[in-house]
Amino acid sequence: MSDFQPHPDLAPPASTVGVIGWLRVNLFSSPMNTLLTLVGLFIIYSLIVPALDWAIFSASWVGTDKNACSHDGACWVFVGQRLDFFIYGFYPKAEYWRINVVFVLLALLIIPQMIENAPYKGYLGWFFLIGFPIIAGILLLGGIFGLEPVPTDKWGGLALTLVISFVGIVAALPIGILLALGRRSEMPVIRTMCVVFIELWRGVPLISVLFMASVMLPLFLPEGTNFNKLLRALIGITMFQSAYMAEVIRGGLQAIPKGQYEAAAALGLGYWKSMGLIILPQALKLVIPGIVNTFIALFKDTTLVLIIGLFDVLQTVASAIVDPAWPEVSTEGFIFAAFVFWVFCFTMSRYSIALERKLHTGHQR
Amino acid sequence: MSDQADKAGTTVAKPPPWNDPFVRSIFFQVVAIGLLGYFFYSIFDNTLSNMAKSGVSTGFAFLTREAGFGILMSLIEYDETHTYGRTFFVGLLNTAIVAFCGIILATILGFVIGIARLSNNWLVSKLATVYIEIIRNIPLLLQIIFWSVAVLQALPDPQNSIKYGESFFLNNRGLFLPKPIFEDGFGLVTIAFLVAIAAIVYIKRWARQRQEQSGDQFPVFLTSVALITGLPLLVFLAMGMPISWEYSALERFSFVGGSNIIPEFMALLWALTMYTAAFIAEIVRSGIQAVSHGQTEAARALGLRNGPTLRLVIIPQAMRVIIPPLTSQYLNLTKNSSLATAIGYPDLVSVFMGTTLNQTGQAVEIVAMTMAVYLTFSLGISAIMNWYNKRVALVER
Repeated sequence: MSDFQPHPDLAPPASTVGVIGWLRVNLFSSPMNTLLTLVGLFIIYSLIVPALDWAIFSASWVGTDKNACSHDGACWVFVGQRLDFFIYGFYPKAEYWRINVVFVLLALLIIPQMIENAPYKGYLGWFFLIGFPIIAGILLLGGIFGLEPVPTDKWGGLALTLVISFVGIVAALPIGILLALGRRSEMPVIRTMCVVFIELWRGVPLISVLFMASVMLPLFLPEGTNFNKLLRALIGITMFQSAYMAEVIRGGLQAIPKGQYEAAAALGLGYWKSMGLIILPQALKLVIPGIVNTFIALFKDTTLVLIIGLFDVLQTVASAIVDPAWPEVSTEGFIFAAFVFWVFCFTMSRYSIALERKLHTGHQR
Repeated sequence: MSDQADKAGTTVAKPPPWNDPFVRSIFFQVVAIGLLGYFFYSIFDNTLSNMAKSGVSTGFAFLTREAGFGILMSLIEYDETHTYGRTFFVGLLNTAIVAFCGIILATILGFVIGIARLSNNWLVSKLATVYIEIIRNIPLLLQIIFWSVAVLQALPDPQNSIKYGESFFLNNRGLFLPKPIFEDGFGLVTIAFLVAIAAIVYIKRWARQRQEQSGDQFPVFLTSVALITGLPLLVFLAMGMPISWEYSALERFSFVGGSNIIPEFMALLWALTMYTAAFIAEIVRSGIQAVSHGQTEAARALGLRNGPTLRLVIIPQAMRVIIPPLTSQYLNLTKNSSLATAIGYPDLVSVFMGTTLNQTGQAVEIVAMTMAVYLTFSLGISAIMNWYNKRVALVER
């Protein structure tokens, strides 16, 4: 009795594996699919190829003035030459190092927050929220420790955009927490006040809030008190943002099971202790992705300050492209500004998605 | 024993008033009302004294004064001699029209891109993803200014317009279209259209009743399409085509006649549509993905074909997930239309909170009126959407 000798398996048909197989499954599985693929290829050919050619292959990269630019492609020389203006605005050139120190400090403080198990993460986080704004404020404003004072109307560019968004988020967080707690309060008066405040700010566009901050705020205050334009914008943005923040945090508070509240009460903790020690730490951790998403929205909304006359990144670009020394560079300027915002927002949204995945492991199948 | 404990309990458990939660809550609420009252009083007082000092009168009398400035685009009759009150309505209507068109276009584009992202076709789904990730992460204001400055202002001047036939012209003054002029008898066509809608509602109800009684189906959709196109068309032809077109024509420097869509409107509508569509696409994708695959399998097991599965099983359930976030996108679009100020489209904020405020100095009244309009828009849209949401929501026993 001879042993059973199986033949070796036949290789799968060439049309089902490898590149061809992948193409067949993903691009040409049916007549409809083939048509869609052709439409897609046509879009790439007619839009993306010329765009890449304009932006990269035919573009002018080096030079010092407009003569360095051919008219076949993008003129990135313009962006290179005006880069200082886009980043620092009208800040005095001799003091650029102060902004640079703040940028580096910001980066050094953010990186550990992104890394899991980084040492002293908690302390660094608190320093980030409390110590860093003080240091940055001293460095940027000057006026003490022998630093030359720089008035806020000289601030601009990316530095101003980052200042507005950072202050907006750091100031909105505590107000948002209080509003969210107030909205869930059992006292009808407090609850009504918080609901009215939140819905009022969420119902109107940010631009009208900024208008209000710049036109009406001076009217509301007793004579003699005067805020500068930046501070007025910051107050408007903070009020607006805290209403959105409150709704995000309320979502977190509602997600905490009732047992946690009851357990805190059973331990004999009062309202503020049970919130501060039991409920909020859990709720805030749940809504970090939501807070990051709010921050992305805020970061994009900072462009609106140009309407009340502040020079953020977009406004520095918009004012640089009308410079007669650089004709026909508007597209390059806007694409640069768009790229700056895109890099920041895309990074943050990826971070938020990664966090969401990490925090929601329990729901995954 | 137990009596004693009860007695002791009642006497001991009564807390002093400053520890009684009820008394405390009353106290805090009274304090809150007091603080809020003082806050508003001081604001009110400061505002009145500041306004008196700068010589601005209060009240809404300014609304009846002559405005004296022109507005680029108006849906109602308007010129410099009309009142400030009229500028309010011009701005309001301009905001409403851009928001209305934007919502419709963004919904269509958003659904197309959202479904494209779920496509089996690798290329199509990647293109949709790239679109969403690029557009979502760039500020809307930047997009609006980009379309207005870099694209529409770069269009040729009226002499060298881009032409589509002899009736459509695109140049840096906007898009020029033939203007329809309705002649006698067009009213009957409108009536026929309304009759068709009423008939469709009736047929739908009748078909449903018939199906419940006998099980026979009636092709409601095809009948509706035939009715809504056929009936007005028949009346239109019978009345001898009571419509004529006024064409735009180039005169020396500019176009005359026809209807003109100004470039600011196009830039704003285009940017709003593209931006909001990216968000709607994500909402649609997550909504469709939220319907479990078991639902499709169950529909197949019942013997439903592809079309009815989608129409009767998948979409109704996906809509439940889609509607609430879609509502907030509609609200966002309406509020974002106020960015028109940056490119000079005469919307409510630009006309009323901008020019009118600068000319009259009535900051408090004007800001309050503008904010009230947006609040009304917001509450109105969310009320409509809540009503719809209630209709499609899961009815549990």
